[in-house]
Formats: sequence, C-alpha cells, structure tokens
Amino acid sequence: MPRIVVTGNHAVSYAVKLARVKVIAAYPITPQTTIVEKLSEMIENGELDAEMIRVESEHSALAAAYGAAIGGVRSFTATSSHGLVYMYEVLWWTAASRIPIVMAVVTRAIGPPWNIFVSHEDIMSTRDTGWIIAMAENNQEAFDLTLQAFRITEDERVFLPAIVGLDGFILSHTTEPVDIPDQKEVDEWLPPRNQPYVLEPGFNYSMGNLSDAESFEEMRISMQRAMNAAKKVIREVGREYGKLTGRRQYESLTECYRCEGADHVIVGMGSWMGDAKVAADILWNEGYRVGVVRLRYVRPFPWEEIRQYALSKKTVMVFDRSVSLGHAGPLFLEVSSALESKPSMIGIVAGIGGVPLAPEDFVSIVKKYVGLVEEIGRINMPLVWHHLGSYHAFYKHE
Amino acid sequence: MGIRDPDPILPLSKAAEGAAGRTGIWRTERPVIDYGKCTSCLMCWLYCPESVIERVDVDGREMVTIDYEYCKGCGVCADVCPVNAIVMVKEV
Repeated sequence: MPRIVVTGNHAVSYAVKLARVKVIAAYPITPQTTIVEKLSEMIENGELDAEMIRVESEHSALAAAYGAAIGGVRSFTATSSHGLVYMYEVLWWTAASRIPIVMAVVTRAIGPPWNIFVSHEDIMSTRDTGWIIAMAENNQEAFDLTLQAFRITEDERVFLPAIVGLDGFILSHTTEPVDIPDQKEVDEWLPPRNQPYVLEPGFNYSMGNLSDAESFEEMRISMQRAMNAAKKVIREVGREYGKLTGRRQYESLTECYRCEGADHVIVGMGSWMGDAKVAADILWNEGYRVGVVRLRYVRPFPWEEIRQYALSKKTVMVFDRSVSLGHAGPLFLEVSSALESKPSMIGIVAGIGGVPLAPEDFVSIVKKYVGLVEEIGRINMPLVWHHLGSYHAFYKHE
Repeated sequence: MGIRDPDPILPLSKAAEGAAGRTGIWRTERPVIDYGKCTSCLMCWLYCPESVIERVDVDGREMVTIDYEYCKGCGVCADVCPVNAIVMVKEV
C-alpha cells in the first residue's frame, strides 16, 4: 500500500481515480479547483479513463454529473461556497431520484463580503436535501471517506448521493502523508456500479413526472428509511474498509477522543477538531476532564452515538463553524435533539469566515463554561458567539 | 394508503392515456384545421407537446386530426403550421 504526500484536494482526486469514475463535470471555484485540475491531468496523462465535461455553471456541473449517473456510470463533481448554493436545486433532484453520485465540498464562507476561507455555512445548507454528508478531519480521511462514499451510495439499501466535506485551505491546500490502496485492491473491494434504474433506450418510464401528494410523501419516507439504513451500511463499509487498509475507525459515524472518564465534552466536526484534541490534551494535564466528540457524518445524523457519548456528561460544548442567523449554530440544534437538555448545553459559534481558533482558544472557552457549570449548576445557552477573544451571548442562560 | 415496501420507492411512472385527467377541459382556445389548406407536412404532429395530433389514413392520403379530449389549446400547432392551416378559435 503506497504512501503519498498530497493536499486534501489531491487526496480526493486519487480516491476518485481509484473508484474508476467515468464522468466528471465541474466548474472551477476556490478552494475546490485543484481537485478537478488534478483529475483533468490524470485524464490527459492516460492514467484515468474518464470524460471531463466543462460546463458553464455549477448548476450545470451537477446536472451533467447527474445525467451521466442516471445513464449508468459512476460520476463525480466538486464545488465550494457560491458554487454549492448555485447548484442547490439539482442537489434535491439528484437525491430524490435515488441516483448514487459522489461530490466533494471544500468548505468556504459564502459572501458578501467576498471570502475564500473555511466556514461551514455552505455544507450545512445541504442538510435537508437527502444527501449523505461526511466531514473529514484530515487528508487521510478526505481520501478514505471519498472512496467509501462510492460503495455506500451504491448499496441497494441506500441509493442516495453523498457529499464528502473537507475544510478549505486547512485541508484542501495543505500537504500531509496519505496511505492509499493500490488499484487492484480497490477493484476487489469496490463492486461494479450499482443503481436502482438506468435511463437508456428501451426503459419505458418517465422519471420525475407529476405525482399525487400521497406518492410524493411516500417517496420522502422511503428516503428517510434509506438514511436510517445508511447508518448501518456506513458501519459495514467502514468495517470492510478496515480490512482493506488496517484503518478501523470507520466502523463508527463519530469519534470520541479521550472520552473515557471525561465529565465534559466538546462536540464538532471538520479539521478544527484536531485543534480541539490538542486542547483536550492540555486540559486533561491541567485537571479538566474534557473529551472531544467528532462527527464524521452529519447525515445521517449519528443520534444514537451522540447519546451514547454525551448524554451522561455534565457539560456539552458544541462548536459550530456556521450559524443559522436568528437562532443558533446548526450542530448545536441537532446535538440538543439527542440530549433532552440533560447535560448543560452550550452552543458556541466561532471561526466564521475563516477566523482562526487556536487550541489555546478552545482551552479558555472550555474553562470559562466548565467553570460556570461548576459554579451555578445546569445551564442551557444555545448561542454564544466567540469572536477574537470576546463572547457575545444571544440567549440568557437558565 | 399504506406505505409500500420494499424500498426504494422510485419517482418513476409508466405513460398512460389520461393519467392527469381529461386535460382538454383546461382549453380556452381550440385549434381548428382547414383541410383545404393543410398539406399534411406533419409539422404540427412533430411539435405538439401533448402528442394529441394523430396521423390517420383517409383514402390513401395521410392526414392529421386533433384529439380534443386531451388538447390543452396551447397553440403551438397553429404557430408552426407553414401554410396557416390551423386557426385558434375561442371556446364558448
């Protein structure tokens, strides 16, 4: 199994190549562009037997990738920020068609003002569309989750598309060593393309025609059941992936770091959870028993695992890199739905638009709220916006 | 109506006549063919978005007829007719 030294974006490109994707359609946008540039180079060199469709917009990029996928081949696209919200309509169309497709979303703030740095508003805006959403912590995971996404989406119990999220610049343009299986191993591990139907001559059905309300709702219930089944499939595929690569962590939708004996937990997703883990190490050394619950999947939402890891804790501090303006961070809201407000719940929004949050910031935030909980007992604060060392509380704690 | 199993429930449908009801009642104007002018060029048959223009054989000559049960009266046929053999007449 070779080890390569690549950016997060190129790690994704290698996974797409090893999955033998046949059609790639994309429109350039920072910080995604180098994923499809690399794939284009692979096609040009003859390393990858695929067609690259250059389109005039992201709406068309996903539409073209979807057209290829519904026509029976493995396809791929990648985007960020404005590009993702521009293709928003097609996200719904793809998922409800039950057509497997894999897309990388390199997270980035949405303007105005113009901003190319990491923020999770873009990927979090896709939560309701019926796509599976994975989120990488590092370049190895960006590779691993992309390759696994092909097998998960094409499982007949799932038949839903998947997004693999990786943080703009922090991962996309940062080089790390990544272990990759060779082509022969992947060919044995990844079954041939599988999808519920193929639009081709002789297939005498109409797709997406006008339906009555009852059928429409039944299809949505069917998608929800598929999401539920996807939890099981993700664990199964993760187990199989462990046999292939020796990396066993994918049997779970979440990771719990230093949770053994912890009284308090940080919850979050993406690359900054690496910093949160450094913070947890510092905090343990100082006598604070703080673990990190990292979501590897946002959809399906790992409700059971969150309960398992966080329900008995004293304090749950959810770090959101996006905010639903007018209420709170979306991860906070979702994590709260699993915990019935039994622990103290603190929703912290930070890092919006790429504002950095260092391990030391995590440390001081955690100390502040653990101190508050120890002092006054159970509290529930849906939104505290941390910005450059100051705290803006938007709800009075009770 | 119960929830059908097994999954997935797919958004696919088979074409069937009148699946959306008698759509001819939506019409406010009806296309009327002047067979004195019609050259049976089939442009209307080609362009009709609802496939309600039928090709029929009348004494060895191919002619077109309109199925008013389902024609919605969009007027595309009248627009594309190269000899103005189709006129739109108000429904009363």
